[in-house]
Amino acid sequence: MNKMPEIVLFFLAKIKKLALHFKKKKKMKEIMMVYYMEAKSARISGRKVAWITSGGPVEPLIAMDVIPVYPENHGAMIGASKMGTDLCEKSESMGYSSDLCSYARSDIACATVNGGPIGGLPRPDMLICCNNICGTVLKWYEVQARYFNVPLFIFDTPFCHVGYAEEVQRYVRSQLDEYVLFLEKACGKKMDSDHLKAVGKLSLEGQRLWQAVLATTANSPAPMTAFDAFYHLALIVTLRGTPLVIDYYTQLLEKMKDRVARGIGAIPNEKYRLLWDNIPIWPRTRWLSEKLASHNACLVADTYTSAWCGTTKYIDENNFFDSMAEAYTRIYLNIGVDEMARIVLEMVDMYKVDGIVMHSNRSCKPYSLGQYDIQKIVEKERGIPCLMIEADMVDERSFSESQVSTRIDAFMEIIKERKGA
Amino acid sequence: MKEADEFHAILKDPVSYGRKMKEQGRKIVGYFCSYTPEEIIYAAGAHPFRIFASGENIHFADAHFQSYCCSLVRGALEGALAGNLDFLDGAVFPHTCDSIQRLSDIWRMNVKGPFHADIVLPVKLDTESARSYMIDVLRKFRKDLASHLRVEITDDMLKNAIGTFNTIRRSLKRLYELKAENPGIISGRDVYAIVKASMMMDRDHLTEALPAVIGELEKKKGNAELYAGKRIVLAGGICNHPDIYRIIEDAGAVVVWDDFCTGSRYFEESVKDNADPMAAIAGRYIERPVCPAKHAGIFTRGENLLKIAKEKDARGVVFLFLKFCDPHAFDYPYMKEFLDREGIPSMMLEVEDQLPSEGQLRTRFETFVDML
Ligand code: SF4
Ligand code: SF4
Repeated sequence: MNKMPEIVLFFLAKIKKLALHFKKKKKMKEIMMVYYMEAKSARISGRKVAWITSGGPVEPLIAMDVIPVYPENHGAMIGASKMGTDLCEKSESMGYSSDLCSYARSDIACATVNGGPIGGLPRPDMLICCNNICGTVLKWYEVQARYFNVPLFIFDTPFCHVGYAEEVQRYVRSQLDEYVLFLEKACGKKMDSDHLKAVGKLSLEGQRLWQAVLATTANSPAPMTAFDAFYHLALIVTLRGTPLVIDYYTQLLEKMKDRVARGIGAIPNEKYRLLWDNIPIWPRTRWLSEKLASHNACLVADTYTSAWCGTTKYIDENNFFDSMAEAYTRIYLNIGVDEMARIVLEMVDMYKVDGIVMHSNRSCKPYSLGQYDIQKIVEKERGIPCLMIEADMVDERSFSESQVSTRIDAFMEIIKERKGA
Repeated sequence: MKEADEFHAILKDPVSYGRKMKEQGRKIVGYFCSYTPEEIIYAAGAHPFRIFASGENIHFADAHFQSYCCSLVRGALEGALAGNLDFLDGAVFPHTCDSIQRLSDIWRMNVKGPFHADIVLPVKLDTESARSYMIDVLRKFRKDLASHLRVEITDDMLKNAIGTFNTIRRSLKRLYELKAENPGIISGRDVYAIVKASMMMDRDHLTEALPAVIGELEKKKGNAELYAGKRIVLAGGICNHPDIYRIIEDAGAVVVWDDFCTGSRYFEESVKDNADPMAAIAGRYIERPVCPAKHAGIFTRGENLLKIAKEKDARGVVFLFLKFCDPHAFDYPYMKEFLDREGIPSMMLEVEDQLPSEGQLRTRFETFVDML
């Protein structure tokens, strides 16, 4: 056997050390670092890497010991580290319109230069595209399939305007089998169905825990904010189906319960409770959280992070594989605007919010088109005000701080008046 | 040509045309997109009427759609909310892009027509399970439409409808071929009007009107003067701007074919004879050149465009896109690269509701045509 290059040995040693380290402490940053290092050294360790969409069925990958990597999570990291605008501009010079989703734009550009905060994602061995979030991912993954010249599996989850039809169930269910066959071919080995069952159980447990963590903010004061949820979200997206997620959220849940018991709020003086709609404005989360806190307003919940635990009701604990079809098809972005509005109303009630902040996100049409109607429904049914902020989740060129700031001030005035404070 | 006049008249005022049909007691079903199985609507005794953007200033639709939504979706909703589509007995939304998907929801919630159908076709067209799902979806639409219109749709009615639409498609294709063989024989603007109005016109009348046009052209083609303009192909989604053809012709070029959903994608491929008409209709969608919102392989659209350009002996390609149209914008760089590799020059024009000023357009086209 060839001697491994020194740098590789160093890399592997570092992973091991970190892995040992976070066994004890389990800090998000370290978990994510190890995760990305493992993914980036997959070629050395002989494991395969799949790129998969954020709403995609990841459990079969985990069961096959394939490392799932999420370009959207990477996009969020790019956005949060304020490297998005550059990459978006680069994609425009490659011919991509500036009106396209900025996750896609920055990822497409990043792949060609290995840029961004972690020097690019590891090369995929296969691409798994589930269109339950949008049609954009189909086009985006086609681009990457051409670029990397690797097999692409499309997991097609027909949109559910109203209800869930039986022919949809049949179609999606049959694709689960096709998916397994695809993986078996790509990995050159059989799927271990017991392992898959175990992964499914862990996935469901992880989702339930995440749900429980998010639900703690129904308390006043809320022990954490939606901004915290944006941060803690990374694990349920990228590592669901692994025990790591269970440990992490179990600890987080205990911590939040403890804060609730002791009446500790996430912001010093919670007076107003708000709900967030749409993907965060990643490069501006800190600014926004400070801005809202200055009004004693707490973003207690959001429609975005709850998307990773919104369909547990469709999952059959004892038959995860079969029930996956429905659970992955009926997620928040794959249902009609009226049903989305109904879910928003439920959240308004559960979290007892005084208003809604809607991020009208130029990048994400399936999330944003329809917001005006949801806004009207909420205002009519619950009589609470909605603020619409037009921005973009990654591309800072679509963000005007002064404008957003003024609008938030005006919005908070309305809320204060209504609450008679 | 004067045979094109009635087509121009419909395009100029589709609302009056629709209302007139309604007054004659017809059931009219509005639809979006070339993946609507018009055959089923026609077999049900109803009239399939394709909905385009109203072309008016956006007033009502602004309360439902942000500014970054394509003009087709905004304009269509505008027409409905302004009451221009009051003659419709229903509307059909095949699932394609994210914007149409939301248009259907918002339409259902605000326009509240008597019949609203979503045809959620598979997004991939290259697997067996997708094919059988597509057939299921078409069957369901057939059933829903029949029960809504309180009619029976028999297989024989469907076969008859398939025959009618195959004839229409063949005629439109012949029209394109005649134009490609003798570009001077008919203006681009006329071809545009004929094919687009065909999606709104009474289909029984259409099966007579199209042969009349073609008959005239067949007569003319022997002694048509040779046309010297440079041959180009248009590619994109839909074209809402007949003026483009004139400006291109003025710049010294001529459109010999297109890859539009309001063009060749509408008429390519026939529905095959098949014991099961639903399977036959599905078969056509699977074989037909694909729209960018559907998947049939990662190179198919580029290859198809290249094939068109070569077969039609085109010197260049003009991509014409609606602003904010994601599916087309994603495919553009690789399709352009396909052309580049073969040395076929291309240009891209992105339009919103309104065309850029004529002077500006003229300069762009002249520069492009000069280098062909
Ligand atoms: S369009 Fe929206 S859902 Fe799709 S990848 Fe972009 S941000 Fe995600
Ligand atoms: S495909 Fe493009 S042009 Fe057509 S509705 Fe969708 S976004 Fe608009």
